[in-house]
Amino acid sequence: MSDHAILEVHRYLPDEEAEPRFQSYEITYKDQWVVLDALNHIKAEIDPTLSFRWSCRMGICGSCGMMVNGEPKLTCETFIRDYDTDTIKVEPLTHFPVVRDLVINMEDFMEKLPSVSPWLIPAEDKPLEDGEYRQTPAQVAHYQRFSMCINCMLCYSACPVYGLDSTFTGPAALALAQRYNLDSRDDGHGDRADVVTAHEGIWECTYVGECTEVCPKGVDPAGAIQMLKLSYALDWAKSLVMPRGGRK
Amino acid sequence: MSRELTRPLPRTWWLKKTSYLRFMIRELTSLAVFAYALLLIVALWSAGGDPSFSTFYDFLNSPVSVSLHVVVLGLALYHTGTWIALTPKVMVLWRDDEQVDPDVIAGVTAILFLLVTGGVLWLTLA
Repeated sequence: MSDHAILEVHRYLPDEEAEPRFQSYEITYKDQWVVLDALNHIKAEIDPTLSFRWSCRMGICGSCGMMVNGEPKLTCETFIRDYDTDTIKVEPLTHFPVVRDLVINMEDFMEKLPSVSPWLIPAEDKPLEDGEYRQTPAQVAHYQRFSMCINCMLCYSACPVYGLDSTFTGPAALALAQRYNLDSRDDGHGDRADVVTAHEGIWECTYVGECTEVCPKGVDPAGAIQMLKLSYALDWAKSLVMPRGGRK
Repeated sequence: MSRELTRPLPRTWWLKKTSYLRFMIRELTSLAVFAYALLLIVALWSAGGDPSFSTFYDFLNSPVSVSLHVVVLGLALYHTGTWIALTPKVMVLWRDDEQVDPDVIAGVTAILFLLVTGGVLWLTLA
């Protein structure tokens, strides 16, 4: 089965044109086509100058995030057949600078991710011969949801706080901090405090909640940030009661 | 190096999505809660002197005041609802290896809210 659709694609060619514009491409699509298939079809058959990022085509690599009819989506899992309208608008992810057409500059995000020390910080390093740090399935379950992030940046694009103030550490990076804070092998809660509780950290989040809504992997960054707020607020309260420290 | 295109968020960003609009309404409900807190402070303040209290009491009984109370009650209930909905996000509880159903946590919070509200009403109206 095949059908017709018009893709209105955001074009930005800074070396050739001063302003961005939309270009319409009429396509005949097959029932199983996703928006990314349509873009690849346009690039191969209609207009080779169109630029966009993609890689795995199976919702794992997180490269093909774009705005589809105003919503942040992974275009590799957004089926054209699911749209009632004949015209589908494709734009680069909002809140990020655009390098060209549908390609955004992700440098800011790439700097923020490692800022929360997203690695295991054990209480004390074991010698290698002592073997691995073991966990029960229940201990894994505590953080697993927050470990499913594929760094697609849809959450940053959905977050008006980040849109208004790009210094905000942002949903994915903070969810990653909570992922490690909840890990039974980790003791880096205190080490992450400076970045997580900074003005640009958790307290800038006003819980709009859209990051969780758009996450293609069900990570729930909004929930993670609210858990972080409670956890670090309790730390602060404990430090008032026990100034010499009562944390594990 | 090529110029990059920046797209600042328009002031009307919160009108673009119903979820953003719901968020703005939730934030604005806190103003209603704040205004009602002020009203209670004024009530306590004027309770000290008899003439000022009767003037204040007359104002509370006016149709304008009763209508405002109904609006503020609606906004406060919406505000409360959003907090109850948030509770299971913040309090993720585990029972042995099983996560406690978020709906149970929200439900228990709602019941506690109703019990406390009922208690306060009973204390003040009895």
